[in-house]
Amino acid sequence: MHRQECEKTKRLETELLLEAIFRRYGYDFRHYARASLARRLDMQLRRQKLAHISELIPVLLHDQAAFDLFLLDMSITVTDMFRNPHFFQELREKVIPKLKTWPYVKIWCAGCATGEEVYSLAILLQEEKFYDRCQIYATDYNNRSLAIARDGIYGLDKIKNYTANYNKTGARGSFADYYHAKYDGAKMNEGLKRNIVFSHHNLATDSVFGEMNLILCRNVLIYFDQDLQNRVLDLYAESLCAGGFLCLGAKESLQFSSVADTFDPVSRKNNIYRKNYARTEGVLG
Amino acid sequence: MAEQYRTVVIGASAGGLTALATILSRLPQNYPAPVVIVQHVKEEGTDGYRAVFLGKRCPLPVKEAIDKEPLKPGIVYLAPAGYHLLIEEPGPLPLSVAPPVNFSRPSIDVLFESAAAVLGEQLIGVILTGANSDGSRGIKKIKEYGGYTMVQDPSEAEVPAMPLAAIECADIDAILPLERIGGFLAGIDGPAIPLATTTTHKTKTS
Repeated sequence: MHRQECEKTKRLETELLLEAIFRRYGYDFRHYARASLARRLDMQLRRQKLAHISELIPVLLHDQAAFDLFLLDMSITVTDMFRNPHFFQELREKVIPKLKTWPYVKIWCAGCATGEEVYSLAILLQEEKFYDRCQIYATDYNNRSLAIARDGIYGLDKIKNYTANYNKTGARGSFADYYHAKYDGAKMNEGLKRNIVFSHHNLATDSVFGEMNLILCRNVLIYFDQDLQNRVLDLYAESLCAGGFLCLGAKESLQFSSVADTFDPVSRKNNIYRKNYARTEGVLG
Repeated sequence: MAEQYRTVVIGASAGGLTALATILSRLPQNYPAPVVIVQHVKEEGTDGYRAVFLGKRCPLPVKEAIDKEPLKPGIVYLAPAGYHLLIEEPGPLPLSVAPPVNFSRPSIDVLFESAAAVLGEQLIGVILTGANSDGSRGIKKIKEYGGYTMVQDPSEAEVPAMPLAAIECADIDAILPLERIGGFLAGIDGPAIPLATTTTHKTKTS
């Protein structure tokens, strides 16, 4: 019984904290999946040597620097370049040929974090000799992550793994051609950035900013509860042109969402979807 | 002992696949609880195979969990390689790509600790063979929150490190060989476990 009371109190404290953060800073974590959030908050408490979640409220409300760090912790994900190589192979073989039928293509990497996925995509588009007709919008709510993404410098220790992944994507070149190694870092070629715009966008609060042909959002929705997932998927459905593509993470699914009917599966294994033409209300409709 | 258990969570590592097959083969059809499993796996993309392998040996459907899918009784859910699997209230199963815990993703501690917080004394936690100590913190929390804790007898485990770490960490309720863990969970061997017969989790109404 006592434990249950503790958990109940913890849930209450979490709600108060998230409400406080939202009203003070405008960052809305109120619809983040609670179990993962609880783990991250526990980590915060251990690090700051605090006993209760409610003690975080004064710290985060009054200390901007502490909040910035908190924000960074909240958005830490461990991702790779060319994560799930088979997905990139399918992107190359099934999606890019279709994208090429448009004269100009806009791509949104939503929740791009530190940018590994964005550079993977840029390399792929370049190899398919299509990059000059593309504009990539890479967005994240976390400015520190965006700064890392903009720099495009990754640990040299990871390059071996990235190279192995790259080689499994039906690669046409050598991964070493796309970065310069110096000290213990690998800097992605400046040329890869030429058609990428990095900018701040918060999926929980911001809205559509342009019509897209392809949206990449892998392993981002899993942080959200179902309400917020549906909100974001609505946003994607609205952003995509008819026939536009949506790529989700391998273990994410539209199956349990409100927009399931708006999309047709292109690859069930890699969760690639295409917005159907039939349901789109055109200017004549 | 609590009156009703609603969910079973199992953690396994090295040697886990055969151990899981032994346990799952003993569970009856229409098992009244969901069974949620974290088994450490190295490579991504090996997912489909494990579910098929275990599904052939278990009367219940076995599947890789998809993010936010409803948790249903009588189904065995496996954490996909490269994702943490958690349990939260209400029902739907969340996945996460937060950093590895105990060098593992999925991590047994992540599943067990989240499940204990939500299910308390309605939870059964089982630790099987393995070469590390993931799951120890989790099984301790399950015990603290009034759940029932079981560990595979280290003397018969293919790799005893994980069971031994769990036993050292918490006051385990039952230390049994694999064969009996299966029977125990099925309620036909050892102390009977009264399982709920109704739907285990409310699905969220929107």
